[in-house]
Amino acid sequence: MNNIIYNLVLGMSLILLQALFLNNINFLEFLNPFIYIYIIIYFPIKNNRPVFILTAFIYGLLMDLFSDTHGIHSASTLCIAYFRPYLLKLFFGMAYEHQVVKFNSLELKQNIFYLFSMVIIHHIILFSLEVFDLSKINLIFQNVISNSIFTFLSVFILYEFLMRKSR
Amino acid sequence: MLLSISISLNISYNEYNKSKFINSSNFIFSSLYNTKYTVSKYLNLEYQNKLLLEENKNLKQILFNSKTNFRINEKIDSMDFEIITGSVIKNSYSKSNNFITIDRGSSDGIGIDNGVISSNGVVGIIDKTTTNFSRFISVLNTKFLLNAKFKNSNYFGVLSWNGKSINQVQLKDVPKQAKVKIGDTIVTGGNSLIFPKGILIGYIKSFKLDNSENYLELEVSLSTDMTNIENIYIIGNNNVTEINLLNE
Repeated sequence: MNNIIYNLVLGMSLILLQALFLNNINFLEFLNPFIYIYIIIYFPIKNNRPVFILTAFIYGLLMDLFSDTHGIHSASTLCIAYFRPYLLKLFFGMAYEHQVVKFNSLELKQNIFYLFSMVIIHHIILFSLEVFDLSKINLIFQNVISNSIFTFLSVFILYEFLMRKSR
Repeated sequence: MLLSISISLNISYNEYNKSKFINSSNFIFSSLYNTKYTVSKYLNLEYQNKLLLEENKNLKQILFNSKTNFRINEKIDSMDFEIITGSVIKNSYSKSNNFITIDRGSSDGIGIDNGVISSNGVVGIIDKTTTNFSRFISVLNTKFLLNAKFKNSNYFGVLSWNGKSINQVQLKDVPKQAKVKIGDTIVTGGNSLIFPKGILIGYIKSFKLDNSENYLELEVSLSTDMTNIENIYIIGNNNVTEINLLNE
């Protein structure tokens, strides 16, 4: 119960942080860290998959409401919520299948690979839906690569900050 | 599956006329942005003041040097265009479809398809209003289209944005015969009911023939700094309903 409330508060504050401050960074006119996906990447592992996917969808929809983007955030958060178990299985292997993965004690290397692939998937879907034009594919790639480095760094810092403290 | 449901939802959102619900001009979100704006507006006051002073100076210059006799406090009886002032509470320019929210709504007399300009030129067109807030399509939106012409001749074209650079828009379908010089001024044309004729848009940066080789395609650098707009004017045309009746 305590855990649910903690995650709810964290999620809401991340959305507010994202909408009111981080969307206005616009470093070099197009770089913004999408830190709000932290909660989907590091949500405590449970078996209740449909509920998790639905939550991720609603979470992305809230972000859409804030930033006047029609459904692109909800589609991309939903996709990473969908791919999460497969990526977990890929990077943590046996440990995930035996349900012993704890997010606050990950190995650095595995964690970086997992986080980076989640961020990349999210950004590819986000920007290709946003631009929605194959003739501008270099614009999509430019946005995906530069923004995912930015997002990766900020989410990783947030992870170190929140998880290390609670260890 | 759930995934396919979301993708289909998403594609239907892309037709943004239909998305009545998903936008930041509804009550909760706009009041949140408004709260943020009341806090952060003081940070930008100096620059905005300078902009307004500059504009006032230009207007005074026109007024004092004009040949006809204006009286400053003259009342105008019949107005074709009505102007409402407002402030931007949420700006965005880094996406390819940018929308901007302002703190004026239908209770202030704002209607859909009103034009929005800043001190320096055109910034967008209102596409959604609630009682106290409204949202407009920024010039920096790939779905934005506007009729525009040269200041010193009557050749006109369609203004749109390709989503690449945030201070350059494209003017397409200009006839080949038009005499184009780099640095020429582009203003709004009178073909639409949204803007009055002759509002500044920007200056020509470069030009080339388009793929069909019959029309010119111009790169126009915007006169407004879209990253830093705060005080705006909303222009409503009082004759719209009458002219629309004519077109039916």
